[in-house]
Amino acid sequence: MNGNTPALLALEDGTLWPGVGFGATGVTTGEIVFNTSLSGYQEILTDPSYHSQIITMTMPHIGNYGCTPEDDESDRVWAAGLVVRSVSPIVSNWRANQSLPDYLAERGIVAITDVDTRALVRHIRTHGAMRSALANDNPDPAELVALARRSRDMNGLDLAKEVTCTEPYEWTEGMAWWEPNRQSSTGNRQYHVVAYDFGVKRNILRQLASRNCRITVVPATITAVQVMELAPDGIFLSNGPGDPAAVTYAIDAVAELVGQKPMFGICLGHQILALALGAETYKLKFGHRGGNQPVQVAEHKGVQISSHNHGFAVDATTLPLGVSMSHVNLNDACCEGLVAPEKNAFSVQYHPESSPGPHDSDELFDKFIAMMAENS
Amino acid sequence: MPKRTDIHSILILGSGPIVIGQACEFDYSGVQACKVLRREGYRVILVNSNPATIMTDPDLADATYVEPLTVELVEKVIIAERPDAILPTVGGQTALNLAVQLVETGIMEKYGIELIGADWDAIRIAEDRSRFKLAMIEAGVPVPQSHFVYTLEGALEIIEEIGYPALIRASFTMGGSGGGVAYGPDDFKAVVEHGLRESPVNEVLIERSLIGWKEYELEVMRDKANNFVVVCSIENIDPMGVHTGDSITVAPAMTLTDKEYQYQRDLAKKVMEAVGVETGGSNVQFAVNPDNGEVIVIEMNPRVSRSSALASKATGFPIAKIAALLAVGYTLDEIPNDITKETPASFEPSIDYSVVKIPRWNFEKFPGVDPTLGPQMKSVGEVMAIGRTFPEALNKALRGLDIGLPGFSQALVVKKSKDSVALQKALQIPTAQRMALVVEAMLDDMSDEEIADATGFDPWFLIHMRQILELEQELERAGARLAELSDAEREFLLRRAKRLGISDVMIATAWGMDEMALRQLRKKLGVVAGYYRVDTCAAEFEANTPYLYSTYEQGDEAYPTDRKKVVILGGGPNRIGQGIEFDYCCVQSCWALAEMGFETIMINCNPETVSTDYDTADRLYFEPLTLEDVLNVIDLEQPEGVIVQFGGQTPINLTAGLAAQGVPIWGTPPDSIDLAEDRGRFGELLRSLDIDHPQWGMAYSIDEAREIVKRIGYPVLVRPSFVLGGRAMAIAYDDESLIRFLGEAAQVSPGNPVLIDQFIEDAFEVDVDAVGDGENVVVAGVMQHIEEAGVHSGDSACVLPPYKISLFHMSIIGDYTEKLGKALRVRGLMNVQFAIKDDVVYVIEVNPRASRTVPFVSKATGVPVARYAAQAQAGKTLTELGFTKTPEVDGFFVKEAVLPFNKFPGADIRLSPEMRSTGEVMGHASHFAHAFAKAQLAAGTILPMSGGALLTVNDYDKSAALKLGRDLQRMGFDLYATAGTAVFLQRAGLSVTAVAKAFGSGVTTVDVISDGTVNLIVNTPLGQQAYDDQQAMYAAAIRHGVPLMTTLSAAQAAVNGIKAMRDKDLTVRSLQRHHQ
Repeated sequence: MNGNTPALLALEDGTLWPGVGFGATGVTTGEIVFNTSLSGYQEILTDPSYHSQIITMTMPHIGNYGCTPEDDESDRVWAAGLVVRSVSPIVSNWRANQSLPDYLAERGIVAITDVDTRALVRHIRTHGAMRSALANDNPDPAELVALARRSRDMNGLDLAKEVTCTEPYEWTEGMAWWEPNRQSSTGNRQYHVVAYDFGVKRNILRQLASRNCRITVVPATITAVQVMELAPDGIFLSNGPGDPAAVTYAIDAVAELVGQKPMFGICLGHQILALALGAETYKLKFGHRGGNQPVQVAEHKGVQISSHNHGFAVDATTLPLGVSMSHVNLNDACCEGLVAPEKNAFSVQYHPESSPGPHDSDELFDKFIAMMAENS
Repeated sequence: MPKRTDIHSILILGSGPIVIGQACEFDYSGVQACKVLRREGYRVILVNSNPATIMTDPDLADATYVEPLTVELVEKVIIAERPDAILPTVGGQTALNLAVQLVETGIMEKYGIELIGADWDAIRIAEDRSRFKLAMIEAGVPVPQSHFVYTLEGALEIIEEIGYPALIRASFTMGGSGGGVAYGPDDFKAVVEHGLRESPVNEVLIERSLIGWKEYELEVMRDKANNFVVVCSIENIDPMGVHTGDSITVAPAMTLTDKEYQYQRDLAKKVMEAVGVETGGSNVQFAVNPDNGEVIVIEMNPRVSRSSALASKATGFPIAKIAALLAVGYTLDEIPNDITKETPASFEPSIDYSVVKIPRWNFEKFPGVDPTLGPQMKSVGEVMAIGRTFPEALNKALRGLDIGLPGFSQALVVKKSKDSVALQKALQIPTAQRMALVVEAMLDDMSDEEIADATGFDPWFLIHMRQILELEQELERAGARLAELSDAEREFLLRRAKRLGISDVMIATAWGMDEMALRQLRKKLGVVAGYYRVDTCAAEFEANTPYLYSTYEQGDEAYPTDRKKVVILGGGPNRIGQGIEFDYCCVQSCWALAEMGFETIMINCNPETVSTDYDTADRLYFEPLTLEDVLNVIDLEQPEGVIVQFGGQTPINLTAGLAAQGVPIWGTPPDSIDLAEDRGRFGELLRSLDIDHPQWGMAYSIDEAREIVKRIGYPVLVRPSFVLGGRAMAIAYDDESLIRFLGEAAQVSPGNPVLIDQFIEDAFEVDVDAVGDGENVVVAGVMQHIEEAGVHSGDSACVLPPYKISLFHMSIIGDYTEKLGKALRVRGLMNVQFAIKDDVVYVIEVNPRASRTVPFVSKATGVPVARYAAQAQAGKTLTELGFTKTPEVDGFFVKEAVLPFNKFPGADIRLSPEMRSTGEVMGHASHFAHAFAKAQLAAGTILPMSGGALLTVNDYDKSAALKLGRDLQRMGFDLYATAGTAVFLQRAGLSVTAVAKAFGSGVTTVDVISDGTVNLIVNTPLGQQAYDDQQAMYAAAIRHGVPLMTTLSAAQAAVNGIKAMRDKDLTVRSLQRHHQ
């Protein structure tokens, strides 16, 4: 698609956001959300946690540096659509091998540019995340609103089963060559990590692989018994999309596993661990999505700038005895991490693997390694 | 960690006079530090020699010392105040260097003072290039291959290894002075020699050149708890090789993938740790190879910098204020974000707009100077613009430069290159004309790749520039058939144009319309500007601070109030002649009007200033100062009044246009402003008031000019109308120079007549600042120039009160000022310039607006002149303000100008009617001679107590030089003079060694300067034929830092100063104590 094809984003509340289409031609639906990261659109688009969401980037210029296979966080684009203020007419970066419009077109992703994204973000901030429909094939506004209203609601939705792998597989690739400062192979002995794939990002696996872990990625639906049969040194619970409370099978499995082996959870994995430990989760009004969130670590009071992508959160007031909040978001006091010392389990709501985002929280992977070392 | 309670008083070091590389960004940072530390309950003591700053307003510190920033005098301040700590990180390189000296001389230890905000070791590592390099290599941070050398021979050895092109940097200099790029052995030698001289430790670095690489900066902060945040990333459009202060820059970085950006972030963090910056803001500069992404760290500054001021304005994150809080022990998470109120400062701003900064140069004032941009900064100011997209911000920045550019437009091409080969060549050399050349290249069908190759600009920027040009051309095509277009089609085009930031002027030109007609059409079609907020968080949280920029989107977040409000127009980018003094007045007026209950609304586009701090005015519109942009704000806000007289010539030039649209202009009526500028009307007024003035005429042609000169006789002063800072002003002694100057004047102010005044030789000049309320006028200060008539008032030293004017003349001056003020119905500020000769007082000019001397007068008199002026404009009478008579001044206050000749080798350094100083300092004492000596010291001129003095004066000045020579000899100085002067002095019985002129044979003037024999020079102009000799002598004087007096009155004042200092030591006194 090129030129000036009119495109339209419709929200379930009836508001319309016109623009110009790019990417694939067609129509798409999803929950409208926004991300305040200044860079990293490709990593965001391919993060399975964005499954069924239409992403608004607040950075006005998107696509400037194109796309490269190295920056994919999974094997496909999971976002349902993309909304930007100004898509780049060219690509300018030595790493790029494709433009963003071509990349999206090739992957069937509908996108819209020239949208007043700031007005849209303020609308979402005021009215909360909601269902939406995006079309760039000359859509009828009323029909598009109706389509948005007919699309499925995130609440109570188990999306992990839609993004997880079907078969277990091994992961061996470590951190990329362009991140020399993060090649922190600690010379430890090799640990076997079984990683639940609720929509895992590659950079999590790379972080573990760089620390000399042998990684078996397993489907979300795998049972506790099956996991133990793999004889893991530690169990990892990945990020992923949707309502954590709906992933009941995983909550049950984790409840059974927790305490048996060291356990580390990220994002959806954090929420599942919390639910398995008996805490509750809730949906945030418009979530945290961006690379600039201040998270304070309870242990040393230091603040880490972190990468976030979550629409749900753990209710810290429901944490049971023996479980405490390890990380807190300084913007809104939201629970960003928990630790259950007696069960050798900990988790964070945000993304220490970054990609995109700052590398301030790399230490959490070291912590997981240390925990496995202590318990093996 | 809570704030420290073991320290109670903090000494803040300012940055001294405005010089190239160190401008009013340090007033901004200093003001923030003063305000926040006092709010925290600390006693704040401030030292800064610059009277034009807002920070030296006595309200901002507990004790304010406008004193030279030297170790000796700062020690005296320390003895008087006994501070617990010194904060050296908000006063630029000057403050940091001074802090180093205070530590090294043992003063800090002697008085038990702690350095806060920067660790001593950290300063040494960051500032000493060899230590820095070592620390970086140890931390695994990539740095360019380089070697230090101390001699030319050493340099020649090293260059074999490194190869050309190579970068040469002088150690311990600021703004990159003493640096350069060498492409081959010839320029290599010259640059190295210059660098060795400039460096106070005779050390230069020869470095692998990264010319053509992309350049980035990260503005970062770190606190005691090791929390680290990046406030802003900045991408330079100009590649490596051009000083970042001379580069067009963009925020945020546009062409980095997240992987690359985070890698830079990690490196910046490592740099902070390796240097050991415990608390505060720093900036880290990177070079990136566009072909393979190789990243190299170029340098870091462990202090608040020009870039951090820019980053603060670009993001809404007040770096200096937070750095000051970190210095007293807070951590980032303990400090709230002012803008969101509910989130902490321990985060990284996300911005959903684009910011463009463009430097402003004044090369036109320095003919003969190399205008190539390189590693030594040459710009004197900068403009910043905010738009939703890069092209929108670029266009706004270009028109905000206030040099007549409508935006990125075909109109930029004034002179076409000879051919495409010449164009290609010109594109490769970075100069101030770069944008125009890029436009020309695009019109010349050069591809973006070709332009990128030639300029080193990233193609991403070029494609957006091209989009603007293409739309401009589309507008032109549409303009040809405008009548056929439907309203919907016009609206569509207009909206597209406005969304790219294209100005009404550009559209009006394309459509063959008057700008105001286009504006009407645009408004009728509903294409009007909306305003978005700078909120640090890309709208994720609500912004409580009305810091606004215009854009053409669906939304609008201006939410104007229904309060009683007033708009204050700022001065735009700094330039020679219009700088910090005007920002001082704007800020004072904001405060004064807020006190009266007005909502204050500031419009300005200079990121370095206090006026563009979001907490100075109630509302800040960061917008270009053009008719279009200002009217847009006024349409929305509907203020009761607009104040135009504080921002210098920029808002004055807008006044007629604003008044024509029915905008309520406060203060002196626009008609009076016109009357004062219009020579015919003004002459009429003077005649009717029976006030003497120089003969004059107004010429539209050379013939008319000749007629005028026939009538009034040579010498004459030639100048363009409607300009500031004596631009293209010159004294013509004959027909030949008259014709040359007429041409220059016509070029500077095209379409306007050239003014020709009788030049009154050997007159005393006097500047008067006064305040009026529309009925009455009160003189605030009378300043006598130290240099004779013919030197621009901005370049001349002056003294308050006058030291050589009779009471009789003073009363005439007061009387004339009052008469003129009443006749012009002055409401607010007025500046009058007088010349006195042979008992006649002439009025030279009247400016019914703020002048450069207002802050100086305020500091000398203790009277808040600008505040009174603001309140008078809001309707208060002088009686109500309690300002009814000229304040008495205790002691003497001397203002001295600071000139940028050390940055411009080859410039003619003789003072002239064209202003060229960038800044000023003040010295005060109970005696004139001491005050003058202090002012010299503050300006960096070290008057010698003994040694050798070189005298070389024209015949006319010889008798006066005799007294100088005698005084110097009596004090034990050895005298040296060129032949004519030597003979004259010897005849009078003085013992003098004769030396040859610079290009003569035997021992020359240059020799005695270079070998240190002479440490004071008195020289008066010797006419055109001696020009080369004189230039060579001046160059030597500048190189070796030998004080040079080019007027006899300044020389006599200097000699008196030396005498006074030999008799009695200099002392210090705070303004608060002085005005008690």
